[in-house]
Amino acid sequence: MLEIKNLHARIAEDGTEIIRGLNLTVKAGEVAAIMGPNGSGKSTLSYVLSGREDYEVTEGDILYNGESILELDASERAAKGIFLAFQYPVEIPGVATMQFLKVAMNEQRKYRGEDELTTPEFMRLVKEAAGDLKIAPEMLRRPLNVGFSGGEKKRAEILQMALLQPKLCVLDETDSGLDIDALKVVADGVNALRSPDRAVVVITHYQRLLDYIVPDTVHVLYKGQVIKSGDKTLAHELEAKGYADLIEAAA
Amino acid sequence: MNMQQAIKMTAAETALVDAYTAQIGDLPGDGAVLSLRDTLVHELRTTGLPTRRIESWHYTDLRTLLRAVPAADPSAFAERVEAVVPGSSVLAVRSGQANLKSLPKGVTARSYTESLLDGSAVAGLAVLGSDDAIGRINGGLVRGGLEIEIAEGAELEAPLEIQAVQSHGQAHTRFPVSFGAGSKATVIERHLSTNAEGSFVSSVSDVTLAEGADVIWIILQQQGSADTHLGQIRFDLGKNAKLHLFIINAGGKLVRQEIHGKTSGEGADLTLRGINLLGGESHTDVTFTLGHDVPHTTSTEIIRNVVFDRAKGVFQGKILVAKDAQKTDAKMSCNTLLLSDDADFSSKPELEIFADDVQCGHGATVTDIDHTQLFYMLARGIPEKKARAMLVNAFVAEIVEELEDDEELVEALEGLISAWLEKHA
Repeated sequence: MLEIKNLHARIAEDGTEIIRGLNLTVKAGEVAAIMGPNGSGKSTLSYVLSGREDYEVTEGDILYNGESILELDASERAAKGIFLAFQYPVEIPGVATMQFLKVAMNEQRKYRGEDELTTPEFMRLVKEAAGDLKIAPEMLRRPLNVGFSGGEKKRAEILQMALLQPKLCVLDETDSGLDIDALKVVADGVNALRSPDRAVVVITHYQRLLDYIVPDTVHVLYKGQVIKSGDKTLAHELEAKGYADLIEAAA
Repeated sequence: MNMQQAIKMTAAETALVDAYTAQIGDLPGDGAVLSLRDTLVHELRTTGLPTRRIESWHYTDLRTLLRAVPAADPSAFAERVEAVVPGSSVLAVRSGQANLKSLPKGVTARSYTESLLDGSAVAGLAVLGSDDAIGRINGGLVRGGLEIEIAEGAELEAPLEIQAVQSHGQAHTRFPVSFGAGSKATVIERHLSTNAEGSFVSSVSDVTLAEGADVIWIILQQQGSADTHLGQIRFDLGKNAKLHLFIINAGGKLVRQEIHGKTSGEGADLTLRGINLLGGESHTDVTFTLGHDVPHTTSTEIIRNVVFDRAKGVFQGKILVAKDAQKTDAKMSCNTLLLSDDADFSSKPELEIFADDVQCGHGATVTDIDHTQLFYMLARGIPEKKARAMLVNAFVAEIVEELEDDEELVEALEGLISAWLEKHA
């Protein structure tokens, strides 16, 4: 589903190279965890995948279902099924959460040549998904992410993911700022979306989230490259020993 | 008309003086009103329209910007239009002529023409100062309008919409409106033209709120893209009176909207909100002065500007706190989204404080669309054009939503704003 080949990417503004020859393959149905110390390029990878213009790819390619997505802008990638759950969901005063959800769902449908949702259909879908994630209706009446607590923001991200039904989900540090109860709710939401035709990339600093979203593969990112891949036991090793040994071995 | 000519008049100045001369004998007024009109037009003739050398007109050099004024045409009649908020009571002034229909309970109104004829209008016709060009032009040429009284304790269920509809030529209107003690009302003062021929409009509203009155007053300026609109609202807030004044400029080629008010009773509160939707080659100026004249009065002012194309905008806001006006609390801000390289906005906030125990502040920002917000929306599959439109809309919608107590009003204003943005973005 996702094939990253020798990817090099830098910050557009100052040319700093962050991703330096990264290779990664994630198959349909797979949950892949990307771990790594601070500054290893984890968040940059999520932005480059989703098409943020502040980064430019200088070499290599990203194939999604066999096709390069480098020429697609962020909205086209999203409409094709790539979803980024933000580490810091953005507050947008003046845009109601419900309006945002409806526009996003219908714009994606339009892009794919599908009929737009009617208001009752939309309401039903939101009500169902919000109930599963324990999101109160009052929260949906507020402007998008404005005044939401850290946990509410993350749940709102997962709600969007559940409604948009993407094929490739990229979760950027979804566990940061969550207490254990909120973490469980979020993890349940992600696990509910696991399916044979969907891939999930979980970017995380800590092993903790991976106790709840159990990965099929674990990849260690360091200085913009994958320096080691393995199964879920790799995450436990890292938790016990830290990154130092791995980094030394790779150097 | 044996007057000394001090300046070489521009085409627009000549046209205004000619409009007066052509209507002598026809303009309504008793002896005192007619004599005052003569004085005002004489001043216009000798001092001319204001230029950038007059401080309050520094960013809007009216003498240069006002190139032409169409002749007055008494047949410039326009049909009344649907009210902004369904179910409103509409009082239409068409081409300067008042048309009174059945009035809601607690409201009395008469044509302003009658106040001119019987001379009761004369005190209100005085200019606010030597730089009051709008008061001068309007006082010289005003033919009609409405004088409205909201009875003590009256609570209007539906908004009262004052419609000034114009098709071409000139219109000069006045709206003295008094709100009785404890009354509660929403008034929509709406100016619009029905075609693009280019009309010249001046309008002065003179609003007084007695003790405890609670009023939402919305000025909706929707003139055509060739029109000149010179508007002014004066207000005086009595004890514990609350005015939520909301000004939306969504039209016009050359627009000046002045707001001059004072709090004259303790506990008075002003909420001023302004939205300037500017596009094309238009020039729009909102100039505001507020006197906090007595202790314990409050005001907040938020102006949001969205500027496209080669449009220019101006906001001047001056808050004066009198020596005795202790415990005044005033906060003014002006935020602008510049959406093209040729768009331009000048903001000049001023505080003049003579009391020593007050809380006053002001701030101004000029920005482009927030790129983090834009990326977030794109990342959810919303195409860039649509995402930008939503963010621009959000920038102004925030202050519309403060009127949340009246859902229909919020919906109507939001609809109007998004329609404008769809047309211009």
